[in-house]
Amino acid sequence: MLCEKAMELVRELHRAAEGQLPAFNEDGLRQVLEEMKALYEQNQSDVNEAKSGGRSDLIPTIKFRHCSLLRNQRCTVAYLYDRLLRIRALRWEYGSVLPNALRFHMSAEEMDWFNHYKKSLATYMRSLGGDEGLDITQDMKPPKSLYIEVRCLKDYGEFEVDDGTSVLLKKNSQHFLPRWKCEQLIRQGILEHVLS
Amino acid sequence: MSEAYFPVESGALGPEENFLSLDDILMSHEKLPVRTEIPMPRLGTFFLDRSGGAETDNAIPEGSKLELPLWLAKGLFDNKRRILSVELPKIYQEGWRTVFSADANVVDLHKMGPHFYGFGSQLLHFDSPENADISQALLQTFIGRFRRIMDSSQNAYNEDTSALVARLDEMERGLFQTGQKGLNDFQCWEKGQASQITASNLVQNYKKRKFTDMED
Repeated sequence: MLCEKAMELVRELHRAAEGQLPAFNEDGLRQVLEEMKALYEQNQSDVNEAKSGGRSDLIPTIKFRHCSLLRNQRCTVAYLYDRLLRIRALRWEYGSVLPNALRFHMSAEEMDWFNHYKKSLATYMRSLGGDEGLDITQDMKPPKSLYIEVRCLKDYGEFEVDDGTSVLLKKNSQHFLPRWKCEQLIRQGILEHVLS
Repeated sequence: MSEAYFPVESGALGPEENFLSLDDILMSHEKLPVRTEIPMPRLGTFFLDRSGGAETDNAIPEGSKLELPLWLAKGLFDNKRRILSVELPKIYQEGWRTVFSADANVVDLHKMGPHFYGFGSQLLHFDSPENADISQALLQTFIGRFRRIMDSSQNAYNEDTSALVARLDEMERGLFQTGQKGLNDFQCWEKGQASQITASNLVQNYKKRKFTDMED
């Protein structure tokens, strides 16, 4: 009644260190919705009794339950919305392909939302800068040069550069590569940008 | 901190909380003392030690003193005080206000309910005759403490700050964090690392978790 279960959802999200996405708490959400259903039904029957049975003393009780319903609603909506904000951050910080571990943390609807967001972003980016479009998820830090020195942090395999040559990305190997090709991999933690 | 995650900010210091703000939801869960002005039937099961029993339809009797969360008190309150009347929690009363005016820096605001300023600001909705004094106290307390928060956040670089933030309330901790971020960004720029592409903290944290998953 005092919305403890809904508060658990909110706390769980608040605890997750800045921006991390915890697993979707399907169970918790279901329990909150059940509590809301029970409150609503109790209120329905009390409203009928107040109207037809002249029990106007039930009004404060009905108001009490109504406040609880609104509170549960607020907590669930805030929970779902904050998760979407975190999922949106993933597109910008991780890229358009998410690792499996993360995907398991999302509900089917959230995955859907992520795909729609990706598409909207891609459409928008294509509409900028004339024919070719403009990738605004690149160059998040002001670039100083076209080519950068990178070191490989883990084995990745063959990587093809624009002029057709391919590079073998093995752990601890260093390469001098075009910035725009590496940015994604650096952000994903596969390469490390080495400052000279 | 994640660079692309922008949570809904708290509105508690302003006229209204922000509906979607997790901080505001947590703040409004804190309790305050109220007094019922009218019996409330059928709710006795939630407050068993107050319940009037089956003959009163399990009512919470009129005149009961309860501790209700802020959201509930706000919802049931009206200016005619038909359902309940609200008391000020101790730390917003005259006694503590004098302590704050004496020296605001020594008080452990985290212990006094971690949302001292937010909760205090929202308390003003209950039209207490002391509202003017409460708002002055909130303002003056903050003014008294701000200098130290700003100084410490701008001078603690790469060290354990837990002692510095232990006695700050949530809003002050947010300020401290912002200060730290500014300091770290500046240091990063000074070292020439501002143009270095990095994996975001988000990504690094997921990688750390992956290791522990594999060890299970």
